[in-house]
Amino acid sequence: MKKIEAIIRPHKLDEVREALQEGGFRGLTVTEVKGYGRQMGHSEIYRGSEYTINFLPKVKIEVVCSDSNVEKAVNIILKKAKTGEVGDGKLFVSPVDEVIRVRTEETGDEAV
Amino acid sequence: MKSFSIKRALFFFSALAMMYIGASSLSYAGETPDPNGGNTGTISDVPAAKPGEPTFVEMGNAIGHNRVAINFMWTLITGFLVMFMQAGFALVEAGLCRAKNSSHTFAMNFMIYPLGMLGFYLCGFAFMFGGIGSLGTLGAYSGLNNEITVTLFGKPFGLLGWKGFLLHGAGYDTAAFTLFLFQMVFMDTTATVPTGAAAERWKFSAFMIYGAFIGTVMYPIFGNWVWGGGWLAQLGVNFGIGHGHLDFAGSSVVHLQGGVISLIFAWLIGPRYGKYNKDGSINPITPHSIPFVMLGTFILAFGWFGFNPGSTLAGTDFRLSVVAVNTMIAGSTGALAATLWVWLVRMKKPDPSMMANGMLAGLVAITAPCAFVGVGDSAIIGLVAGLLVVEAVFFFDKIKIDDPVGAISVHGVNGAWGCLSLGLFADGTYGDGLNGVAGNVTGLFYGGGGSQLLAEFIGIATCIITMGTIAFIVYKIIDVIVGNRVSEKDEIEGLDLPEMGIYGYNGFTMDKSAETPRPR
Repeated sequence: MKKIEAIIRPHKLDEVREALQEGGFRGLTVTEVKGYGRQMGHSEIYRGSEYTINFLPKVKIEVVCSDSNVEKAVNIILKKAKTGEVGDGKLFVSPVDEVIRVRTEETGDEAV
Repeated sequence: MKSFSIKRALFFFSALAMMYIGASSLSYAGETPDPNGGNTGTISDVPAAKPGEPTFVEMGNAIGHNRVAINFMWTLITGFLVMFMQAGFALVEAGLCRAKNSSHTFAMNFMIYPLGMLGFYLCGFAFMFGGIGSLGTLGAYSGLNNEITVTLFGKPFGLLGWKGFLLHGAGYDTAAFTLFLFQMVFMDTTATVPTGAAAERWKFSAFMIYGAFIGTVMYPIFGNWVWGGGWLAQLGVNFGIGHGHLDFAGSSVVHLQGGVISLIFAWLIGPRYGKYNKDGSINPITPHSIPFVMLGTFILAFGWFGFNPGSTLAGTDFRLSVVAVNTMIAGSTGALAATLWVWLVRMKKPDPSMMANGMLAGLVAITAPCAFVGVGDSAIIGLVAGLLVVEAVFFFDKIKIDDPVGAISVHGVNGAWGCLSLGLFADGTYGDGLNGVAGNVTGLFYGGGGSQLLAEFIGIATCIITMGTIAFIVYKIIDVIVGNRVSEKDEIEGLDLPEMGIYGYNGFTMDKSAETPRPR
């Protein structure tokens, strides 16, 4: 099993969720996060003086799926979250040792 | 869905029928109904010994009564509007401050109302208006007639009123009460200005002591000199300087004074933690709610229709329509000028905080001249105010006087500009007999010479020097009693919990480190 963490633009969340749902992915966790990447935030002017917005608001989604479904999920997220502009975000895939469903105590792929 | 119920429908229609029958049987107890009102209010409504046949004196009394009643109503209702400006100030100031200080900033703006009022009731009103003499438009009552004067250059200088304490004795009069209500909310406007300039670092206990001073002595002193028949008002009668220092609705009395106190307090209390770096460069401290700021500004602009047109103290003075239009024009040109100036010339975006400051600047500036100038000149006065406020905000930031809400620039700088503009633009159509000087008020640009301008200048200089000194003394007294500034730890944490015991936004997560810039 793998966990896909994707940091995406907040307004892309709905499209990504919809596409993942249609693709048969039945669980998603969302966190509102702030961060910066290559651009290092950006600067604005308030009452005549410049200030830097170091951390821009983003949304982090987490999907856990079986190894065979990873490519599909990644492709869906890439396709739906992309605008081609700077600030589209990043995607991380990492192994997951175990998954347990709290209600039934099922484990492994059954629980995903 | 519920199906249609005959029982409920019957009940509904019978209730409707009963209301109709009830209303029609109540509408006219007299003989003929008067649905368009054309016959309501006739000679039979004039109080007379013989109903329907009033004598000449009875007619005259009724007319006089109505005239003063209209003036009472106008003064009271506009006073209610000005009272609501407190809500506007609270929103503007709290909005421009950070979320972690919201409960503290709102609390100051809230408490200044009862606190200032108490002081004005105890002695402030007596000091300010105890020697005013006749109340003019509010009836012929002249019981408030004890002005303390000194003789200088062979002329009497009114310094302070001394009658009507606690609204007792000579103060227990309907006209005096009307004046009290109207003037009390004006005092409160001045009182609430410095809470913005010293916000986010002022101890609540220190603010409370300041609140006790402003309504009792600070405001009434200068107020007496301009509006209570004191020496600035008498400059015309005594020395032939224009009509004396004129300030129709308070550019100097209310706003410049609030601005001067703000300047002294913001200077003495020092900038907020993190605002300046070691090399003197500025870290802007960004506002937590622009919607609050803009809503508050609109409430203030609405209240200004009480502030300026109400200052006729007379619903029977038709000039009030000119005053009202001048007020809205100057507020608009102020907002436009500030926005375009900061957007196209000084910076790159139309800073909403400057839009709000610009509108308030235009309103502050037109407050003194609103009754004496034409509409085109009002537009120019507001426009200049819009430019002035932006430049003044930059200037005070540069000289390290940290004013989180722009109070000094809005109220101080433009209060002074408003008074000067009266001396420049008064068009000679209004003001005959004001402060005991015959003839309409005419400014420099309308062939009146520099006399009125000089009177305005003397008023401005007097306000800056005396109120600046008094504010300095009051600040130092507070320093001795409780100290003015909160600890650095409290300031970084936010004043809501250490000072007030409750967050303004309880249960919300806030990114506090992002709110307070780190000085480098």
